[in-house]
Amino acid sequence: MPDNQVAPHNLKHHFADLEQQKETSTFGMWVFLITEIMFFGGAFSAYLVYRLHYYNAWVAGSQTMEIKLGAINTVVLICSSLTMVLAVHFAKLGRRQWTALCLVLTMALGFAFLGIKAVEYHGHWLHHEVPGPNFHFEHVGNYDPHQVMIFFSLYFAMTGLHALHMLIGAGLLTWLLVANARGRFTTEYNTPVEMVGLYWHFVDLVWIYLFPLLYLISHSHNG
Amino acid sequence: MWEHLPLFPARASTMAGHVDALYFALVAIAAFFTFLVSALILFFAIRYRKGRNPHATQIHGSTALELLWTGIPLAIVMMIFVWSSVIFFMQTRPPKGAMEVYLVGKQWMWKFQHTEGQREINALHVPAGRDVRMIMTSQDVIHSFYVPAFRIKADVLPGRYTTTWFHATTPGHYHLFCAEYCGTQHSGMIGEIVVMDPTEYDKWAASGVDGSLASAGEKSFQHYGCTMCHRADNAGRGPNLTGAFGHTVLLDDGRTVTADESYIRESILNPGAKIVSGFKNIMPTFEGQLSEEEVIGLVAYIKALGNGTANLPLPVSEPNSGAYPVAPKQEGSAAKSDKTTTTPEKGGAAQPAAKP
Amino acid sequence: METISHTSQAKTNYLNADYGLKSWLLTTDHKRIGILYLISISVFFVLGGFFAMLIRLELLTPAGDLVLADTYNKLFTMHGVVMIFLFLIPAIPSVFGNFLVPMMVGAKDLAFPKLNLLSWYLFMIGASFIMYSVITGGLDTGWTFYTPYSTTYSNSNVVAAALGVFINGFSSIFTGLNIIVTVHRMRAPGLTWQRLPLFIWAHYATSVIMVLGTPVLAVTIVLVALERLFHFGIFDARYGGDPLLFQHLFWFYSHPAVYIMILPAMGVISEVLACFSRKRIFGYSFVAMSSIAIAVLGFLVWAHHMYVAGISTYAAIIFSLLTFFVAIPSAVKVFNWTATLYKGSITFETPMLYVFAFIGLFTIGGLTGVFLAAVGIDLHVTDTYFVVAHFHYVMVGGTVTAFLAALHFWWPKMTGKMYPEGFSKLSALFVFAGFNLTFFPQFLLGYLGMPRRYHAYPPEFQVLNVLSTAGASILAVGFLMPMLYFAWSLQYGKDAGDNPWKAAGLEWMTSSPPPTFNFDETPTVTWEAYNYDEIDAPGGPAQDKPTHNKGVEVAG
Repeated sequence: MPDNQVAPHNLKHHFADLEQQKETSTFGMWVFLITEIMFFGGAFSAYLVYRLHYYNAWVAGSQTMEIKLGAINTVVLICSSLTMVLAVHFAKLGRRQWTALCLVLTMALGFAFLGIKAVEYHGHWLHHEVPGPNFHFEHVGNYDPHQVMIFFSLYFAMTGLHALHMLIGAGLLTWLLVANARGRFTTEYNTPVEMVGLYWHFVDLVWIYLFPLLYLISHSHNG
Repeated sequence: MWEHLPLFPARASTMAGHVDALYFALVAIAAFFTFLVSALILFFAIRYRKGRNPHATQIHGSTALELLWTGIPLAIVMMIFVWSSVIFFMQTRPPKGAMEVYLVGKQWMWKFQHTEGQREINALHVPAGRDVRMIMTSQDVIHSFYVPAFRIKADVLPGRYTTTWFHATTPGHYHLFCAEYCGTQHSGMIGEIVVMDPTEYDKWAASGVDGSLASAGEKSFQHYGCTMCHRADNAGRGPNLTGAFGHTVLLDDGRTVTADESYIRESILNPGAKIVSGFKNIMPTFEGQLSEEEVIGLVAYIKALGNGTANLPLPVSEPNSGAYPVAPKQEGSAAKSDKTTTTPEKGGAAQPAAKP
Repeated sequence: METISHTSQAKTNYLNADYGLKSWLLTTDHKRIGILYLISISVFFVLGGFFAMLIRLELLTPAGDLVLADTYNKLFTMHGVVMIFLFLIPAIPSVFGNFLVPMMVGAKDLAFPKLNLLSWYLFMIGASFIMYSVITGGLDTGWTFYTPYSTTYSNSNVVAAALGVFINGFSSIFTGLNIIVTVHRMRAPGLTWQRLPLFIWAHYATSVIMVLGTPVLAVTIVLVALERLFHFGIFDARYGGDPLLFQHLFWFYSHPAVYIMILPAMGVISEVLACFSRKRIFGYSFVAMSSIAIAVLGFLVWAHHMYVAGISTYAAIIFSLLTFFVAIPSAVKVFNWTATLYKGSITFETPMLYVFAFIGLFTIGGLTGVFLAAVGIDLHVTDTYFVVAHFHYVMVGGTVTAFLAALHFWWPKMTGKMYPEGFSKLSALFVFAGFNLTFFPQFLLGYLGMPRRYHAYPPEFQVLNVLSTAGASILAVGFLMPMLYFAWSLQYGKDAGDNPWKAAGLEWMTSSPPPTFNFDETPTVTWEAYNYDEIDAPGGPAQDKPTHNKGVEVAG
């Protein structure tokens, strides 16, 4: 841009204008989300392979899941995506306080999700469903209890990784709250809010896949 | 001269010649293209060096040339693909009637069991001129059974059987290497294959042996109480295993599987995985109770039941035990029977073995 | 306000714009980050080379008499882990990709400069975990971490090393992400895709692989670590787990990874070859498209590492067919490079010598890959020294050779200094001769049946092993010499001038070393890549464009 114009203070030096900067950030976030798809994809592939081989064990495993808690968590996450979208919306309008409120709500819902998850994990621990030396599964079907242990291994690995992503999301939301409080976001510049929004929706989407695959399929199956 | 700088190991199996032929063809093709490219580069570098050609001529390209040097290599590699696939099918399809040797690999030794009963460690005696099929498993980590002179290699895995086969041609001693890294003494897991003249082998196989592998398996079969449920008729709680091996089995969920070594092994160690149609899931698992060698013995015994070489037939039901008559020995497994799901409990002595 | 002045003294460039450790460790300048990577990977190359030296010394004699068996197993494992993850994968993309991609597309930096710095820190943190594993007893699973050995039976520091590789992977992912976004979004006006240097096409294809493949390795490593720590049973046959599942997941990344290692090298070769033949690359579009084809096909062939592992006959045949396909685009490149020499005007500076070496050695390495694609032969030679020879031909004869070509070609640009040509040509000779003597005998060893990862071996293999070790000592000299003369050149080397090779490319239109922000004004590109006809035209080089930075005095 010409020397006699003052650059917007949010414009990084290597970009020609805010529009290029915003498009670049958005493109970058989408590429990152594709890498996340590949990351979870590996775990989903392992799940799929074992489900094909050990179907009955998978049925038994999924029948121990608490559908009510899983369903509540699904609603919680979907609501958190709503509050996140609203946060982006208000950031675009430059309404700092509404933005802050929506970010706080999103975080609260995120922590509610994690809290319910902790309750579920605790339940699994009490029922000896956590893989390792404490694992013990009473089996009454066409499967080996070891196979159910593999189901639980993948359950904890996949929901654990998802929970880790939620925690990282909470960290990102905290950063947004601080930046928002400092007045960093305006109607011209609110890209970080939008980018974190994309990330948060993705994490929500992963759960939308996890919930049916781990809880719902075969839940009423008479193995 | 070649003894001092050998280019290939001894050719001691029927596959060796095939593999070597393809290999040397590839060496020729690779040498041709390497020399072609090198010669062209050398020639161009000299002919068009700056002193001799001060001005470069800009050439965008030539679609014709691109098609040529895409098409010709593609055609060549497709021919190589077909040739190598033919060889591969030969390598992985053992002929029928091959004699069988079982192998259990462990850190860091090879344990062989012949069906005639001989057990060997690290050295395997085989006859020349006969097809030999190896049925292999590991007790711990992944190993790999590699005999360079035979040009065969197959990984040996825990928890399942893998197979390979060969037809040795020349008597002699040949290296057996473990070719999948398996820990501290991986390079010490070296054995030898001793190929013997066929008559010598038969003498060797018969000597000093307490009984065949199948008879050892039969002892296990009795010892672990398998006869309680598996009888020579359809009256047992479990399927009749006579003639079952090698045939198709109908499972309760509609799938069909072939009763091969892996299926037998799985049925012993993880019986709930596949339930034969018409039977209940009541067989206890023997996981942790049997060594791999004992499992192999049982597999050999069940195979022997299939081809009539077993010493004793399975016990038949008592004449006055219930409503079911003694059925004649059936071809095709008992799995195909239309038995109803209700199996009357047998009274008295016949109780299923206690769950571990 | 900046002024452009034609002073010959006190030229401000990215090296002297700021001093002090903090200015380097907190830099977001892609060029400084490239230099940080250069220093790090060089250190790790020496370490990996040290492990190799011990391996080759042990293999001088058939008996395992130099080190214990467990030590040897750790040596080859650490040689592989360090060379692959800490040298080969980052070498060209993170040093030359970082340094050159923004300049080649006419940008002032990569799309995400801070992410770039984070990449380097993740690289160093991952490397630290790996070093911790080395120092506290080592890793002995092989770089391939096969289960159940790695998850259940190994007594070495698997989790620390796995964690190191995991963190390191994110360095790769973020670098790839940065390059993709930069190439898409930050090209200078007029710089269409068809005008991009082939270096950019190669790095773009590489980055696609990095971004899609590395996450799969990451999650696989996580599963291995969880299995080892908590005995989950996912890969343990005793619990119904499947060791082959690990292999599929592992090779799904690790096969495309080898294309991460070779594609940037091929990009370098195109740049250097064009410059020292003074003409555009023959078949530009085909060479560009072949990079994309390699990236795509590279994801479809992973199970050719598993032909004997217990996969079905039909699966093996399908992967064999696909593997033959992936060989073709590489062949197309070799033919196009050769055709570029036709009617060129060729000179033989050191970078060009490395180019010639690359084409010969990569051809051999690639052709031996065809041997391995053939399932019938692979059954005999897989897990033997034939495979070791094949991958060293492509990774050392290919990637390391191209890395040396790149280092010699762009050293004047990065440092403003010339290296001594006599010594550099001599060391190129040592590298070429030493390399062939080291690794060609290994093809023979492999076909004779010597398995890989063997601490001790039957005596009939000794002669070839001795030849190989002899070659390795020559090769080591060839690698040590550049470290010495490049360091020497920083102090005593001749001033290079802005474009000592009169090369095409936007990077050569800046000063050597370049200023921090590369260009005062973003150039507008109206010319094709490799416009050597314009550069060499009688009217003088087409270098004096307004964006040519002759030195900038920056106030404050």
